[in-house]
Amino acid sequence: MQIPVESYRLPNGLQVVLSEDHTAPIVAVNLWYHVGSANERTGRTGFAHLFEHMLFQGSENVGANEHFEFVQRAGGTLNGSTWLDRTNYYETLPSNQLALALWLESDRMARLLPAMTQPKLDTQRDVVKNERRWSVDNQPYGTWWEKLPALCFPPEHPFHHSLIGSMDDLDAASLEDIAEFFRTYYTPDNAVVTIAGDFSGVDARAMVETYFGAVPRGGDRPALPDMSVPFTYGGPQRDVVPDACALPRVFVASRMPVLGSDEYYAASVCAAILGLRTCSRFEQSLVRTQRVASSASCFTFDLAKGADLFVADVTALPDITPERLEAAVHAELDLMHEHGVTEKEVQRAIALTETHFVTSLQSAAERADQLSRFATYFGDPALVNEQPARYRAVTAAHVTAFARDYLARHNRATLLYVPLEDDHVSDDTVADTTEVAA
Amino acid sequence: MSGGTSTAASGTAPAPSSPTAPPRPAPSAVRPYSFPAFQTRILPNGLRVVVAPVHAHPVVTVLAVVEAGATRDPLGKHGLAVLTGRALAEGTATMSALELAERVESLGTVLDTGADWDSSIVQLTALTERAGDAFAVLAEVLRAPSFPAAEMQRLAEERLSDLTQIRAEPRGLADVALNRLLYAATSRFARLAGGDERSIPTITRDDIAQFHAEHFTPDAVALIVVGDCTVDAAVKLATQHLGDWQGVAPETPSPDASRRFSDCRIHLVAKPDAQQTELRLGHVAVPRSHPDYFPVVVMNAILGGLFSSRLNLNLREKHGFTYGAHSAFDWRRAASPFEVSSAVQTDKCADAVREALAEIELMRQEAVSEEELSLAVSYLDGVFPIRFETTAAIAGGLEELRATLGW
Repeated sequence: MQIPVESYRLPNGLQVVLSEDHTAPIVAVNLWYHVGSANERTGRTGFAHLFEHMLFQGSENVGANEHFEFVQRAGGTLNGSTWLDRTNYYETLPSNQLALALWLESDRMARLLPAMTQPKLDTQRDVVKNERRWSVDNQPYGTWWEKLPALCFPPEHPFHHSLIGSMDDLDAASLEDIAEFFRTYYTPDNAVVTIAGDFSGVDARAMVETYFGAVPRGGDRPALPDMSVPFTYGGPQRDVVPDACALPRVFVASRMPVLGSDEYYAASVCAAILGLRTCSRFEQSLVRTQRVASSASCFTFDLAKGADLFVADVTALPDITPERLEAAVHAELDLMHEHGVTEKEVQRAIALTETHFVTSLQSAAERADQLSRFATYFGDPALVNEQPARYRAVTAAHVTAFARDYLARHNRATLLYVPLEDDHVSDDTVADTTEVAA
Repeated sequence: MSGGTSTAASGTAPAPSSPTAPPRPAPSAVRPYSFPAFQTRILPNGLRVVVAPVHAHPVVTVLAVVEAGATRDPLGKHGLAVLTGRALAEGTATMSALELAERVESLGTVLDTGADWDSSIVQLTALTERAGDAFAVLAEVLRAPSFPAAEMQRLAEERLSDLTQIRAEPRGLADVALNRLLYAATSRFARLAGGDERSIPTITRDDIAQFHAEHFTPDAVALIVVGDCTVDAAVKLATQHLGDWQGVAPETPSPDASRRFSDCRIHLVAKPDAQQTELRLGHVAVPRSHPDYFPVVVMNAILGGLFSSRLNLNLREKHGFTYGAHSAFDWRRAASPFEVSSAVQTDKCADAVREALAEIELMRQEAVSEEELSLAVSYLDGVFPIRFETTAAIAGGLEELRATLGW
């Protein structure tokens, strides 16, 4: 399966990617800005994400709640997300509403600041703090996705600090910060816009010119500090976290070469062999044979700068101690590191990957997001179509070499969650029933 | 156009001149959409085959829906249907659990089995070239699972482990408590579909085999096939693998869905040190088959279904109490629960409850505005094709109708 890809740049530097598909009268618009939490300055952790919220608060010609309302009234869905090194904004609409999506996106790219006010910032700050409480602080293990990068990258590294940010840093964010971040990073030459679905190329090119053509190019952006780190830690790292959880859970992360490298594809297959689906080693050994784990998976973090991370994530069964869980996971990684894999294991992993590739690209939004991703990181959206071949090229020898080079004990960071005592509420606790006047 | 707003630009260097904005564009002509055409054939043994040929991509989804949901659990064996659903993937007459998994995964697919209140499902999606082989595996799983005792023991332990986690999570606790409080103690719906610490240990391997033998019969199955496949080819595969399957389904139950309380009450579940309060408000509403289903869905979009809904604009965008506030119906054949859910800042919990109740009351007392109505209707109409882009989503849409309406 090949998806059509047309790519060009406007004079202001905006990269435009078009991918036509007339299966259904739907169109997906997807913008990636090449900025994320890695670009935050000291004392402003969480700012890139707070800023993403502010981009839904209107722009010069769009009222406070109108961005959502216009898209939903048009019959569309929308959202945005912030990651370590990019932020994306996307909507999927009936295809006769393509111009509306481009108009909305261009109004906030060109004319955000007139709509930014202190009350809006204050409210979104509260919303983000509640997002933090909900997704991080009030979830068992919710801190893992800030503690793991913190353990794996040194303090001065841009991937070290929290993406959602600290409450203090969120409090410190000002309208001045909004203006500066916007002018620096939200410029056409730091963005990719992808349109996927039911449109004509001629019309889409004209619309892109109409809405984005006059947006001025940005100035100089401060370069990210040197992101490079050695691909191995040089010694084991370990952090133990007492948490309001019921079962011990361990994350073991190894550094490895970045997304897109040959090693990345071998690592991806290696992760599937260890921790994807029923025939994986973790499921067969840790969950079914040894009976130490209730669930187990393995994946790559997909970082395109500096170093990527290879992560094993395993939760214990009741009555299994944290130490026993940790030892069992390291033993599986030792086995992988010392003896590698078989060709049969590789073929299973590749077959699963291939089906996933085709099924996920049925969605216009997913096609658009993948095209933006390859355009942002590698400058070439058409690399999407090479992905199945990159996976098919992986052999048992590649995976075995990857495990030998990157999964040694001295390249493992262990993040261990240990349950606090007495964190169990039974059904019978719901006894405190108070009547109120209705 | 910045009017009287205080902009972010004050005190800094002037922004580079922004280009003049083009006016907000109007939509172009609507391109018509219709849900993929499907045909239904009923085999002589009563098995219903529903086929929607969709050739856009080289994939096929096969989804068997079986009249074997948790409302059929015998008294005291809560969780039997869900456990049986999961147990289907643990081996067949000719394959051990591991051999079955190896067969499925070497075909590049994933076998998804399970159950909810009204039905059980067995589902997979495969590339066209492997669809015939995948179909054969699915058929064997459906009619000839072996339920090995050791694997059944493992599944029961996994359920108990899941319960341990649910009991430690504020979200999980709130969800469990709400259903317990909405439905009468005599209703199956007051208890978890998947069973609890009391019921799971009473379920034996023979209970599972018995439940399967009783409820998994050809006339209880709708086999939905969506994707790069013709009607004739799908019917031929169904006949080849399931045509000689025999059995008659038991009668459909009429579950008790009576409510527990008839007045408005507040219930508190203490979770010391929680960083936020998980809030649930709800009541026992109407079944999916209710003639007002569509008006009710539109009402819910306005109240709490959309981002621009009254609840979300109030609790999130106006007050910043929460990351989000939503409302939804969990549709099923019996009277379905309606639920408002939000995770709110603990010191704003009382305010959030007051605001949410006021929004519900306002919806009851006053007609919605034309603007709100048109927003909800045009949204629901417009996103319809977006909900059905993939073969799995199309099959899921057909499955939902089968499961909740018995169609």
